[in-house]
Amino acid sequence: MDEVITTAHGSGGRATGELIAAVFAKAFHDEMDDAAVLSVNGSEKIAMTTDSFVVTPRFYAGGDIGRLAICGTVNDLLMRGAKPAYLTAGFILEEGTKVEELSRAVTSMAETAREAGVTVVAGDTKVVEGHGGSEPQFYINTAGVGLMNGFGDAASVSAAGARPGDAILVSGTMGDHHAAILGARLGLEGTIRSDNAPLVDMVRNLLQAGVRVHTMRDVTRGGLGTVLKELATSSKQVFRIEEEKIPVSPAVKSFAGMLGLDPLYMGNEGKMALIVDEADAELSLQILRASKYGENAARIGKVEAPVADTPEGSVILTTAIGGLRSIDVLQDEGLPRIC
Amino acid sequence: MSLDLNSVRDYLKHYDGPDVNLMEVCGSHTGAIAKNGIPSLLSDKIHLISGPGCPVCVCVSSYIDRLIELSLTENTCVVTFGDLIRVPGSQESLSIARGRGARVRMVYSPMETLDLAEKDPATTFVFAAVGFETTAPVYALLVEETKERHLSNVKLLTAIKTMPAVIDSLCSSHAPVDGFLAPGHVCAVTGYTAYEGLAKRYDLPFVVCGFTGPELLIGLTLLVKYRGQGIVKNAYPRVVTREGNQEAQALMQEVFEPAPAAWRGLGIIENSGLVLKGSYASCDAGSRDLSEDNKKNRACICDQVLTGRKKPVDCPLFGKVCSPMHPQGACMVSQEGSCFTWLTSGRQR
Repeated sequence: MDEVITTAHGSGGRATGELIAAVFAKAFHDEMDDAAVLSVNGSEKIAMTTDSFVVTPRFYAGGDIGRLAICGTVNDLLMRGAKPAYLTAGFILEEGTKVEELSRAVTSMAETAREAGVTVVAGDTKVVEGHGGSEPQFYINTAGVGLMNGFGDAASVSAAGARPGDAILVSGTMGDHHAAILGARLGLEGTIRSDNAPLVDMVRNLLQAGVRVHTMRDVTRGGLGTVLKELATSSKQVFRIEEEKIPVSPAVKSFAGMLGLDPLYMGNEGKMALIVDEADAELSLQILRASKYGENAARIGKVEAPVADTPEGSVILTTAIGGLRSIDVLQDEGLPRIC
Repeated sequence: MSLDLNSVRDYLKHYDGPDVNLMEVCGSHTGAIAKNGIPSLLSDKIHLISGPGCPVCVCVSSYIDRLIELSLTENTCVVTFGDLIRVPGSQESLSIARGRGARVRMVYSPMETLDLAEKDPATTFVFAAVGFETTAPVYALLVEETKERHLSNVKLLTAIKTMPAVIDSLCSSHAPVDGFLAPGHVCAVTGYTAYEGLAKRYDLPFVVCGFTGPELLIGLTLLVKYRGQGIVKNAYPRVVTREGNQEAQALMQEVFEPAPAAWRGLGIIENSGLVLKGSYASCDAGSRDLSEDNKKNRACICDQVLTGRKKPVDCPLFGKVCSPMHPQGACMVSQEGSCFTWLTSGRQR
C-alpha cells in the first residue's frame, strides 16, 4: 500500500481495491460490497448503499452531476436485485459555487428520482473554503435503501453467482460516458452523449419475468474489463468473451482509437453486465432490448469451469483477428476523474 | 504469397523454419501486439521482442529527478502527459511528490501549456517534453508559439529521442534480432530512408508497419519471409512515404539539433536525441547533461528487456515486487511498456 493517496486510488481499478483492503475492510467489515443486504425484524430484507459524486465538467452531453448522483446509488441497489425506494442526499459546496448551477443540478436530481421511482427523504449541506484560483466545485453524496424482492425473487443474484455454461450479457454500448466526459474536457465538439441512466426498467422486467439472473453488475469506473475480471474471480470461474460481440458505438470507437483508449476499460453510467442461466439467455436479451436503455444489449460470451492452463478467475478475450488475450482489472487510468 | 488475413494467419501459425527473433521498436506496436493477442497467433519458432521504443521507458532517472525538483520549486509547475507521473526516479515519482505539495499538471496536449502560462504569469510552466520524432514537431510548435506570444514563463525539459541511432547501436552490439518492425508513426514524420542504410549494413529486413491486427500480421509475415535480407518494405503506405512529412521535419530542424542522448539501461548513444538549439536556449529548463541513471531497484532488468536479451517474465521482480501499482522500473509503468503489457495481457512468450 502506498503511503499517500494518489488519483490512482480513485480509478476503480487495482489501487482502489488495495486501499479498501488496507484501510476500510480492516476497520469495518471484511465483506463490504457496493450494496449490503440487511434483515429488518429478522424477516423483511433491505439493500443499502452509498456513493459520492465528483465530476468535471458537472454538466455534460447526456447528463450532469445531479442525474449521476441518483443513478449511481439507484443502480447499486438494483444490482443486488432490490427495488430502490428511498435516498438521502448530502451536498458539499465550495465557497463561490453559483446558486443557479446548484439549482440546475438539484432539479435534475429530482427529475431523475421521479424517473427511477425513488424519493429523496433527507439531506445535508456543508460549505467549505474553495481551492483559490480554480473554479469552485461541489460534490454530492447519496445513500439509498431498496426493498429486496420488491420486483421478484432476487435470492440467486450475487457477485459469486456465475456457473459454468452461463451466458454473459451486456445491456448496451460501452464507453459512452467516458468518451462524453473526456470529449467535453478536451473541448471536442461531438455527437457522443453520456449514457447516464437508471436501470430500473430493465432490472424490473428481468426479475418480474422470472429470468434466472445469477449476477448483475453496473459497468462504471474501470470498465467492462475490470468488472468481468472481478466477477470471474469472485465466482471462481473462467469467462470467455469475444471482442467483436462487445457493443461499442462507431463514434466511441473512433474517439477511443484517436486517444489510444480501450473501450473495455472505459467507464459507463447506465450499463450493466449480467450473467444468466444459458437456458434464459435469449429471453433475457429480448427483455433487455425491449426495456428502456437496453436496445443495444448483446450476448458477449460464456462462463466455463477452470482448467489447468486457464485457472479460476481468468477472463480470456478472443480478439477480432482471432488472437487470445487475458483480461485484467484496470491498472491506472492516469486521467482525471470521470465520475 | 498472398497477404490476405487468412493466408498470413496460416503462415505465421504454421511457420516451421529456423527460429526467428523479431523486434518492434515502437511502444504503440508493443501495446497493439498485446491488445490484438498476436503472440497467441504465432508458431513457437517466432519470438517477439520489445525494443527501446516506449518514450517513458527509456527516460533516465536523473530526468525524472529533475522534473520532481522543478515541481517542488517555488512558482514552478511541471506540465506533463499522464504516463510520466508514475515513473519512478531514483527515489520517488511525480505522483508521490505531488502528495507532498509538488505542482504537477496533467494535460492532453502540450499546447495547453500556453493558456496556463498566459493565465498565470507569475508561474513558470515546464513541459516534460518526452518522446520520439512523432511528438518532436509538436514540441517545436510549442516553442515557436511561446516565442510568438512573447511568453517568458514557458520552458521545456526535453528528453527527445530519435530512432535510427539506437537501432544502429542495438545491431552493432549484436542484439539477437533477425528483423525489425519499423515504427509507423515515426516513419510518417521522418520517412524511412535512414532504415535503408541500416538494413544494408546489417543484412536485416525492416518493415514499416501500421497498428491494426491485420497490419501487424502482415508486417510480421514479411519479416519472416525476408529474413537475412537487407531490405526495407513499406507495409503502411496509406500513412507513410519514403521521404516522410517534410514540413514537420523542417519545423523540428528549426528548433532542435541532434545531440547525444542518455537511454535508460543503454547509456549515452551519440546522435540519438534532439535538444533545443542555442537560439532557443532560453526555453530550456536544464535538459542537457541529465544522463545519470540509478535504478530504484537493483534487481530490475529493464535494460536487458529493452535490448531484447531478456523477456519480462525472466525478471525476478516481474509480477511479484514489480507490478503496475508498484513499478520498480519504467517498463512496468507505461501502457506501452513491455513489462506492463506482458503482465496485464497474461503474455508468457
